[in-house]
Amino acid sequence: MNETKDTTSTDGVGIIQMRHVSKWYGDFQVLANCTTSVDKGEVVVICGPSGSGKSTLIKVINGLEPFQEGTITFNGISVGDRTTNLPKLRSQIGMVFQNFELFPHISIMQNIKLAQMKVLGREDNQARNRSMELLERVGLTDQRDKFPAQLSGGQQQRVAIARGLAMDPMAMLFDEPTSALDPEMINEVLDVMTELAKEGMTMMVVSHEMGFAKRVADRVIFMDQGRIVEDATKDDFFGTPRGDRAQLFLSKILHH
Amino acid sequence: MMRGALRVGLSVVVLLGLTGCAGDFRYNWQWSILTCTSENIDAGCIGPYFYWILQGLWWTIAVASAAWVIAFSLGSVIGILRTLDKPILVVVPFVKSPIYFRTRWIGTSKGIITVDVGWFLHGFANIYVTVFRNVPLLVQLFLWYFVFPELVPHDAGMWLKRDLPFPEVSTAIFCLGLYTASRVAEQVRAGINSISRGQQYAAMAIGLTPVQVYRYVLLPVSFRIIIPPLTSDFLGVFKNSSLALTIGVLELTAMTRQIEEYSYAGFEAFTAATVLYIGVTAIVMGAMRIVEARVRIPGMISLQAK
Repeated sequence: MNETKDTTSTDGVGIIQMRHVSKWYGDFQVLANCTTSVDKGEVVVICGPSGSGKSTLIKVINGLEPFQEGTITFNGISVGDRTTNLPKLRSQIGMVFQNFELFPHISIMQNIKLAQMKVLGREDNQARNRSMELLERVGLTDQRDKFPAQLSGGQQQRVAIARGLAMDPMAMLFDEPTSALDPEMINEVLDVMTELAKEGMTMMVVSHEMGFAKRVADRVIFMDQGRIVEDATKDDFFGTPRGDRAQLFLSKILHH
Repeated sequence: MMRGALRVGLSVVVLLGLTGCAGDFRYNWQWSILTCTSENIDAGCIGPYFYWILQGLWWTIAVASAAWVIAFSLGSVIGILRTLDKPILVVVPFVKSPIYFRTRWIGTSKGIITVDVGWFLHGFANIYVTVFRNVPLLVQLFLWYFVFPELVPHDAGMWLKRDLPFPEVSTAIFCLGLYTASRVAEQVRAGINSISRGQQYAAMAIGLTPVQVYRYVLLPVSFRIIIPPLTSDFLGVFKNSSLALTIGVLELTAMTRQIEEYSYAGFEAFTAATVLYIGVTAIVMGAMRIVEARVRIPGMISLQAK
């Protein structure tokens, strides 16, 4: 399947490893025998038509969605094990959502501080300092006392990224982070993500931003009907002719 | 605030107007009966009756407030339990299972046995709401007061019948509290369910435990959303407390009837009670308005009071 680089290996080097993962909603199969792994520092972009299981694929990694078959390990810990401390596991994986999902009833600063204090047990001062660092990084220090509903979509998404980073995660998952944004706000979010990728953050990004994929991805996964149809290095994916389904998809979304 | 007070005042005036000029209504209003003292005993006065009314008002407020405390706390817990849709696995200590098995509520993982406590709690909450919401309040009142002491073990029954302090009042508070709790539970459940799944995911994804997800994210938002329907239930507890007269609580309505029986001035007494009920509920409404305004989230249109 992957002729150039053995990136789907399951020999234990990947920080995220999925082996033969299947998931059903009732009779409907959302994930079918998905196997892949992500190494430390690797950036993987997942694309595919809607309903192909992209979002579900990253939601099973931190156990937000259960799966019925196969195994997933994050940093050596089995996600599907009934006795795994999922909250602890999740605190090591940052996640960014399509609709930002900032907590509406608390300020921006409190949004970023919340889990630092309640999960990592940081002191108020410590959490505040870390939050300020991150707000500075995403360019939103002056918004710290506002509430989420008072920010633009792009600003909210940058705060959401800061909230994830505040936990000093080992990897970041992005679920269509720019799909709910106005066009002029997409770049401010992608810039933050690009910078993050360059610093060596391990990232899995569900996105249709092929420009972003071309710039920063190490690998691209193409999904269709719950299957991982392509799992290739960026150059292979965009260079050599792929399977019919992936070609059709690319021809549709690369036009604009 | 001013407009609210004006509205309440207007409704009282309209109400009084209606009682006063309805068709062939020839009634000799004798408002002085409410303030007469027992010195006018020849005129049928053993009052002062307004003092009776105030006593009744005190019990109405006491019963309703105490019942609301039960309703709000218990209803919140039941409502939260009804929203549990994921297993809450508790590891059984010390016991290992040699075989693998997995059912809806108990399973094993590497020999460790886990029990899904959430399944039991969820089921309990569902049954609670079904029972307490679907039996008429008056029937519940009679069941608690007359039937329940006979159902429990003999000694407990005797204690309930003989030694329970303020038996009528206690039973009324307890019954009204449990009934209203089922309604509060439904509001809380609806409030939590109205929050998008994504919020829950986001809260879980930053590593909050299920309890923390509720404590810091779901509950603060959902309680803000349900302030208006909760206000209705809070008012309901004051109005429903009038049913307590059927088991002998001398609350406002009971006192009013008593005045009618003693003085035949029923219209005056009931009018006074009506005004007082509206007054009390208006204060509750005003207080809830203030609460709503206090906790309003800046910039969030859907949660803003108009």
